[in-house]
Order: sequence, then C-alpha cells, then structure tokens
Amino acid sequence: MKKLLRLLLGDPKELFTPFNLISGVIVLVGLVLIGIRLVKGLGAVTNLTQTSPWGLWIGFDVMSGVALAAGGYTIAATTHLFGLKQYEPLVRPAILTGFLGYVFVVLGLILDLGRPWRMPFIMIFPRGVTSVLFEVGICVAAYLTVQLLEFVPAFWEWLQWDGLRRFWGKLTVWLSILGVVLSTLHQSSLGSLFLIAPTKLFPLWYSPYLPLFFFISSIVAGLSMVIVESSLSHRLFAYRLSPSTHFDLDALTLGLAKAAATVLYVYFFLKLIGLAELGRWDLLNTTYGYVFLVEMLGFVALPCALYTIGVRTRNVKLVRFTGGWTVLGIIFNRLNVSIIAFNWQLSPHYHPSWMEITVSLTLVTMGVWLFRWLVNRLPVLAHEKPATGTNTLKDFLAEGA
Amino acid sequence: MEDKTRQAVTASKKEGEGDCDHSRRTFLKLFSAGGAMALVSPEAARAAKAVVASPKAEPMGVLVDTTLCIGCRQCEGACNDVNKLPPPKRSFDDDSVLNEHRDTSPREWSVVNRYKLKNGVQITRKQQCMNCVEPACSSACIIRALEKQPDGAVTWREDLCLGCRYCMVACPYDMPKFEYSKAVPRIRKCQFCFARQEKGQLPGCVEACPVEALKFGPRSGLIEEARKRIQGNPKGYIDHIYGEHEAGGASWLYLANAPFDELGLPKLAAQDYPELTAGAAGTVPAVLLIWPALLAGFHYFTDRKDDGQKEHGRHDDSHGGNR
Repeated sequence: MKKLLRLLLGDPKELFTPFNLISGVIVLVGLVLIGIRLVKGLGAVTNLTQTSPWGLWIGFDVMSGVALAAGGYTIAATTHLFGLKQYEPLVRPAILTGFLGYVFVVLGLILDLGRPWRMPFIMIFPRGVTSVLFEVGICVAAYLTVQLLEFVPAFWEWLQWDGLRRFWGKLTVWLSILGVVLSTLHQSSLGSLFLIAPTKLFPLWYSPYLPLFFFISSIVAGLSMVIVESSLSHRLFAYRLSPSTHFDLDALTLGLAKAAATVLYVYFFLKLIGLAELGRWDLLNTTYGYVFLVEMLGFVALPCALYTIGVRTRNVKLVRFTGGWTVLGIIFNRLNVSIIAFNWQLSPHYHPSWMEITVSLTLVTMGVWLFRWLVNRLPVLAHEKPATGTNTLKDFLAEGA
Repeated sequence: MEDKTRQAVTASKKEGEGDCDHSRRTFLKLFSAGGAMALVSPEAARAAKAVVASPKAEPMGVLVDTTLCIGCRQCEGACNDVNKLPPPKRSFDDDSVLNEHRDTSPREWSVVNRYKLKNGVQITRKQQCMNCVEPACSSACIIRALEKQPDGAVTWREDLCLGCRYCMVACPYDMPKFEYSKAVPRIRKCQFCFARQEKGQLPGCVEACPVEALKFGPRSGLIEEARKRIQGNPKGYIDHIYGEHEAGGASWLYLANAPFDELGLPKLAAQDYPELTAGAAGTVPAVLLIWPALLAGFHYFTDRKDDGQKEHGRHDDSHGGNR
C-alpha cells in the first residue's frame, strides 16, 4: 500500500515545492472553471460570440498545440527513416511530449465542443467527408493512437517484458512512417480549415498555400520544440540520466538547429512567394500589416539569422534561445490566423476572457505534470538505470526493501 | 438563357449528387423553361404570392424586394410562431426596435433592420439564413448535420451535431447561431420552413408578408422575375440580383435600389464555397500513396547493419555536428 502511494505520488517530502503550489492553484481554479463550463455552457466562461465562434481554446490549445507537438514525428523520421541514428536519445522524450501534447489538444477540444460526448460519432457515422475538419479529426485520433504505440516500449522496458519490447522494435519504422503520413495530412489541414473563409481572414494571411505554410512551419515547430524540450529536461531531470549515458546534447542541438534554420528559410521564401502572388503590398502599411511584418521579420527572418549565427559560431546558448523564440513565433502565427487576423472587420474584436486563459494554462500545467510524472518513473531519458530513482518495476520494488 | 447555363454548370459541380439526379434536374429546368411550367401543385398555386410550385427536385427560393418592404416585422412574428421559438423580448408590433441594428440569434431566425443610405433614404431589409445553393456550412460540417435539401432548404440535424461551430466559421453571412448558454447546445438558424414546404405550405414569413415583398417560387423562375422587374423599372432598381451568384448563389434573392453593401450584405465572390477546400482535400490520396513508399525507400536506403536503435547512448561520430 505504502509502495503504491509512493509509486503514484513520489517522495512526499518533494510534494510541496513552490512550482507545485503555484501550478496547483492554477489547476484548482481551472478545474472549477471547467465545471462551470460543463454545467452552464460555453457562454459562462468564454468570450465567444455568434460571429467569433472559435477562440483561445481552438487558436491556442488546438492550433498551436498540434504544431508544437510536431517534435514526435520530425525526430522519429530523422532517426528511424532518414538514418540519422545519433538523434535516438532524443526520440522518446520527443514522442512523449508529442503524445501528451495531443492528449491535451483532445482535452481542449472536449471543452470547446458543444456536445463532446459525440466525438466518436465521426467514426461511427463518417458523413462529413467533404469537411476539412473531418480529416483533421480522423488524423488526430489516428495519430494519437500511433504515438501511444510509439511510446509503449517504455512501459515494456519498465515491466521488463523483453520479448514484447523486441517485437515492438520491429514496428518502429512503420509507426514512424504512419506518423509522418498522418502529420502531413492534419498539420496541413489545420491551415486548410481557413480556406473556406476568404472574407473573414485578413488577406495577408489568407492564401491558397495555407496548408503548405502550416505543414512546413510544423516541421520548424517540431524541431524547435525538441531543442527547447531536450535542453530543459536534460537540465531539470539530469538525475534521471544514466551515469553511463555519454551522448553530446550540444552537438545534437546544433544539428537540429541547422535543420530548423534550413526549413525556416524555405518557409520564409514560401511566405514571400505567397505575398508576391497576392500582390497587395499596400496592405503592409496597415495595422494588420504591421502585425504581419512583426511575425515575418521578428519571428521568421530573425530566428533564421539567429539559428544560422548560432550554428556557425557553435553557440548552443543562442540556439536554445532561438528555439524558444521560434516556438513563440509559431504560436503567434497560429493565433494570427485563427484569432487575431480572423474576423478582422469585426468590432469589437474577440479577446479571450481570463477564464479561458486560466483553463488553457490548466491544460498546459497538467501536461507538464504528467510529463514529469512519467519521466520520473519510466525509462524515458535513459534506457539504463538512472543516477537517481528507478527505471523498472523490479528495481522500484527492490528499492528500500 | 446564359443564366441557365451558368446554373447548370453550378449544378453539375455539386458534390455528392448523382449524374442521374443532375440530368433529371436539367430536364426539369428545360421542361419548365420559357414559363410554361405545367407542373403546378395545387396548394402553392392557391397562394398568389408564389410564382409556381413544382415537384421536389426543383430548388425553391424567395425573392425579397426591399423596395416593397415596409418594415412591419410581421415576417419576424410568423417565423417565431411557426418555428415555435421563445417569445420575443419586445413585441413584434414595437417598431422602435428598428432604431438599433439586430443580428439573427438562436431565438430570432429572421430579423428586419433599417438601413440609412448615403443619400439619406431609409430602407428596411429582412435577414435570415440565405439557404445557399452550395452551402459552405454543409460542406464544412464535420458530420454533415447541415444538409442541403433538394427543394433548396439547408437543414440541421440535432441527432448528429457535435457543436464544433466550424459551420459558423465557414458561413460568409454568419448565419448559423449557437446556444452558448446551454449545457447541451444546438445550432439554430432559418431552415427555409423545410417541414412546411414538405406539406406544400409556404414559408411562414412569406405567408405573413402583407405587401408581397417576399415572393416564393422556383429559384430559376424568381431570377427571371427579378430580371423583369429590373428591366421594367431600371430607375427603381440597381442592376444586381443579390444571391444569384454570391458565394455560389443562394435560395434567397434580394432586389434593391441601392448598393447592397449599404444594406448590410457582404460583398462576396461568385465562387462555390465548398470548392475552396476541395483542392486541399484532393491531396489526401497523393499523400497516402506517395509518402509511405518514399519514406520506406529512404529508410532502406539509409539503414545500415549496425542498427543503433536498441543501444541507447550510442554515439555515431561519422555524422558530424560534433565538437
């Protein structure tokens, strides 16, 4: 009994840290707000209106969440499909980040849908085949499953079911391929969603290339997230690494930065082509034009330059900062398309309520908690016995016995 | 005639509709062309406001002549009545509501607004769901709870809707309305009195209009009628039938003697909205076919015998990026 509690909660002495207390308050308030939303409807907590039907929970939780969870498929493809096996130590944490990202995307969707209990209907009655959202829904559900299958080897290792673990190893390549296929489809489809609203999205963001923009930028988002996440977890969870681990994270970070910079350059020029094809340079000299310029220069061109300088001078610190900056830029882009430049003619324009923000923060916080909880128990950062704690059920039971 | 061709083209583009159905509709159109229209249903013929009613396959419409509208709001009252909507906050006889701009809402599917034109003239105009020919809402709907009926109505099915509100994002007129204050919310909008039409009755609002500003009939006939009215009185109307081509066309058509943007109607391209996302959806098979083959190829091409997958922490120096 004591063992079980310890497995669930960890060391009781470490329960009341400042981080836990602050995040605990956020989650507590968030859960109350979620309760109000479920009982009284969306209007009770959100600023959504009849003309602004999608707000922060779609723009941030879903649009940004899916983009930032792209690390799983990008790193899995790099390692398992493109043969760059030195990135292997980064795969499992990236997949876990991606998987938890999608779990909270779905939780966010459940809160945002009017009748979330009908979610399985899209599988039972697949009628909406002309709908881009239908494609997104099916792909997200499928990819969530794929990511779970990609992560379960960590459980098999924890249980030391070696036969099953070996069998699963054979699936890796095919799961990675499925991951890329499904991600290509739904990452781009999130952009396609807005193609049907040409009069509502400000012209600088509306482009027939929206699906391409969303897909290409999701690769950048994925790579940048892996840079940020690996740097954070290797610092915060250093005690979870195995003493025998000897890979050079800095070298891998620089490699990721090189790839991110290349894709980001491609993205920048694709956006330029889109702009040239639109041919409305005059729109740049409007309030929305300035927002667009901040996005394009501050959050695309600047990180291109910073990544390049970082790689050239082998400045890992700069690369990590740029990773974080790029992640913010992707969030900014998704918010621009789905909220800020959407319904631009509308006055007053939608802005999220403090309650919407708190609920979004709650979901993110719970994601971080779950990540920490799993990393502290399963072989995520290291396959061999970590410096502190245990990695397998057997070791855990033996510990202190 | 040119107009008919365009309509036929539109019809043929329609997704999910069999060729058989399409040819039948074209046949019917040809059959009824020139105003012969032999197929008259007795119920509708009794109603003087209808041009003519024809079998189900002919999409129906309403012609709103804003030059005739007197802003009496009787259409609003009738809509409330026939759709059993909650009682209004202010009586339908109260003309003072026209002093403020109102949008349709979950409890008000039809709303009359007064617009002050640039030349000072005031015009009243009824707004409701346009019941588009190629509805963006229906093509966007994740589960096709919004359906285009053969007689023109765009209806909503309570037993399917998930409440994702993508229909509201897609609709260029912002017509689907959502019950934000309910735990089990619905999408609410004018459904062109589909049930009444099935029974051969007129839409509630059309029946209630005391000045024949609303005219119900086959959409193609109404377009001809509208054209005749414009030609008969070129000074009384601007030469534009709003809803003929906007967003691929609508069941509801408007005539006015002022530009429609001054009457609160959005400027929309003559574009079938479902086509806007059709291209993106068309890439799905390509991705499904090309990616797996290409990626599997990459894998076998780059895979070397010294498989590092199971050996965690193994570092391959040959790949560079190393200090």
